[in-house]
Amino acid sequence: MMKRDECLKVLARHRSDEIVVAVYKAGHEWIHISPSDLNHTFAGAMGQGSSHALGLALGRPDKRVIVLDGDGSLLMNLGTLVTIAAAAPKNLIHCVCENGTYETNGAVPLPGVGRFSFTAMARAAGYPRTYEFSDLEDWQRGVGRVLKEEGPVFVDLKVEPGELYPEDFRLLHSVERREAFRQALQKC
Amino acid sequence: MSSVQIEDSIRAADIIKELKRAGIRFIVAVPDRTTSERLLKPMLDDPDLRVVQVCKEDEGVSICSGLYCTGWRALLLIQYTGLLDSINALRAVAVEGQNPICMMVGLLGKEPGVPPTGSKRYGLRIVEPILDAMGIEHDLIENFGDAAKIAPAIEHAYARSQPVALLVGREPV
Repeated sequence: MMKRDECLKVLARHRSDEIVVAVYKAGHEWIHISPSDLNHTFAGAMGQGSSHALGLALGRPDKRVIVLDGDGSLLMNLGTLVTIAAAAPKNLIHCVCENGTYETNGAVPLPGVGRFSFTAMARAAGYPRTYEFSDLEDWQRGVGRVLKEEGPVFVDLKVEPGELYPEDFRLLHSVERREAFRQALQKC
Repeated sequence: MSSVQIEDSIRAADIIKELKRAGIRFIVAVPDRTTSERLLKPMLDDPDLRVVQVCKEDEGVSICSGLYCTGWRALLLIQYTGLLDSINALRAVAVEGQNPICMMVGLLGKEPGVPPTGSKRYGLRIVEPILDAMGIEHDLIENFGDAAKIAPAIEHAYARSQPVALLVGREPV
């Protein structure tokens, strides 16, 4: 199991000009770990991060889009796996930070935790490439290659809470921040 | 459908023409019996439009939002039941997020000529009051000539950066 912030720091070291859509805990941490106008944290409703990312990936096929989804979030929008696989954006990397709980909502365990596999679901939905990382060193070795793969790619990151980061939903969901993202995207 | 009803009905070709005039290039859709045959199926074959089929309507709200950020105009083509199922996404992404999510919503089963609020079907009667409560502008497009409402409604949505729902009151011809 990887500490989530350490896992995200590894990803940040390999980031160049990718759009990153990050939700909930990953979002709170990502905006501090890898600040950028190309961070999109306005998922709005739970489960919607990957759908925002799909819209971005389809609209900007020239840019790589990484989504840092949550496991509870993905369970709330499982159809997204089929939708993304069918749309088949070559520039989309769909990461799920799997911690087995609804961490933001009281760390209550997910239904069926430990009895299902996100990578198996993604493969069955039609993602051509899926990966699973639970060890930080493996992730460090693999992340560069994963980011260069033709999408849609699915990456299950087995994580647990690490260092505490400030939680600010108003910042994450602010329309001004979303607008700054939109403006920044138009310039690149 | 009688010949009088056909004469009065909105034309599918006019709807598609007006959508293109409004700059719509992406159609994000879940099939609806009211619009599948005359709108969605021709759109799937239209080289000017890219159709993204989604599993559930709330995905479509967010996909349209993502496309908006990239500078594309999109239409979410769904049934009213899907609208009812997507209220939280519409609340958060479209209304609070000030996103110009443009929806075309089939009112399956609405009686022609009867306003949605006067329908015998409970699910249809509540559509407009819910949109009003959410502050989402809406227009009924049902009769010949109503297609002219489409492009201005979409332009208005983008000018205000707010959602709009175009309610398709009967199957286009």
